[in-house]
Amino acid sequence: MSAVTAAAHETPLPAEWRDFVALTKPRVMSLVVFTGLCGLLVAPGGIHPVLGFTAVLCIALGAGAAAALNMWYEADLDARMKRTADRPLPAGRMARQSALHFGVGLSFFSVILMGVATNWFAASILAVSILFYVLVYTVWLKRRTPQNIVVGGAAGAFPPLIGWAAATGDASLLPVLLFLLIFLWTPPHFWALSLFVRSDYAAAGVPMLPVVAGPAATRRRILLYSLPMAAAAVAPWPLGLAGAVYGAAAAALSLVFVAMAAQVHANGSAEPAGMGPEKRLFAFSVLYLFAVFGALVADRWLLA
Amino acid sequence: MSPRDDEVRRRQRSRAAMMALALAAFVLLMYFITIARMSGG
Repeated sequence: MSAVTAAAHETPLPAEWRDFVALTKPRVMSLVVFTGLCGLLVAPGGIHPVLGFTAVLCIALGAGAAAALNMWYEADLDARMKRTADRPLPAGRMARQSALHFGVGLSFFSVILMGVATNWFAASILAVSILFYVLVYTVWLKRRTPQNIVVGGAAGAFPPLIGWAAATGDASLLPVLLFLLIFLWTPPHFWALSLFVRSDYAAAGVPMLPVVAGPAATRRRILLYSLPMAAAAVAPWPLGLAGAVYGAAAAALSLVFVAMAAQVHANGSAEPAGMGPEKRLFAFSVLYLFAVFGALVADRWLLA
Repeated sequence: MSPRDDEVRRRQRSRAAMMALALAAFVLLMYFITIARMSGG
């Protein structure tokens, strides 16, 4: 075994370009790109299409850079989980240093391009979001506290704020509410997932809430987080930041979300086979975020 | 050349091709960004 790994590490093949793409977690990126684009589209004043495209590209590249640095740091952890064992680093298809160089290079590239194409305020928030995800979430808190998901949610909540800043050069109440919405949405979204893939996280020793506090406490917190999340989603309407089209859509969607969270709360099953409510909430949560942001853009463009 | 060398070459070639594509896209993008910013964007 050791002889085989030693031989494999002696003269490793250069990594395929596809493995560098895999480092950026392209599937997670779709939500980042979409919420970033929505932040940009609802901002007042408008932005030149080329600069808007570049801003969204930079948000995507920044997210990809953060993902690559996350995989560089977590290669040992990924190797212990079935879901992540085939990523380029744990599978041995890429040298660890290549991932580090790629991640750092892409981080600088995305931030500098953002600053050159739009403004340095947007570039600063992009830099902060990358550093927050890599240093605060990945390095500092993920392995130390079951609140890791709450912190990680803040990292994922930056895109609409960055998109807005790229268009306007500032931040105001609406993009901050959108930040809050994603921040509060993330824990129910991921805890629902972590309830039915619990065994995997347990094997890797990540202190996920269901592992540390048990399913009942996790389900209570899913419901607990869904309430302020719904409030943040609806708030732009009474505050006069969005119209009735958005208000009605956000209220209806949030009602369904909270109802599904209540079903999760009422579920007592400890086995993945009995976790229908969790799986339904997880699936709906993705649709929910797309729909709420889509409704905001539709509302803004219908009124205009 | 051994089959291993062939594989190394193949990977280097495909990486170089992707890098060339990315650079070309970057040059085009910078051109359009410059036009957009000069036209009062």
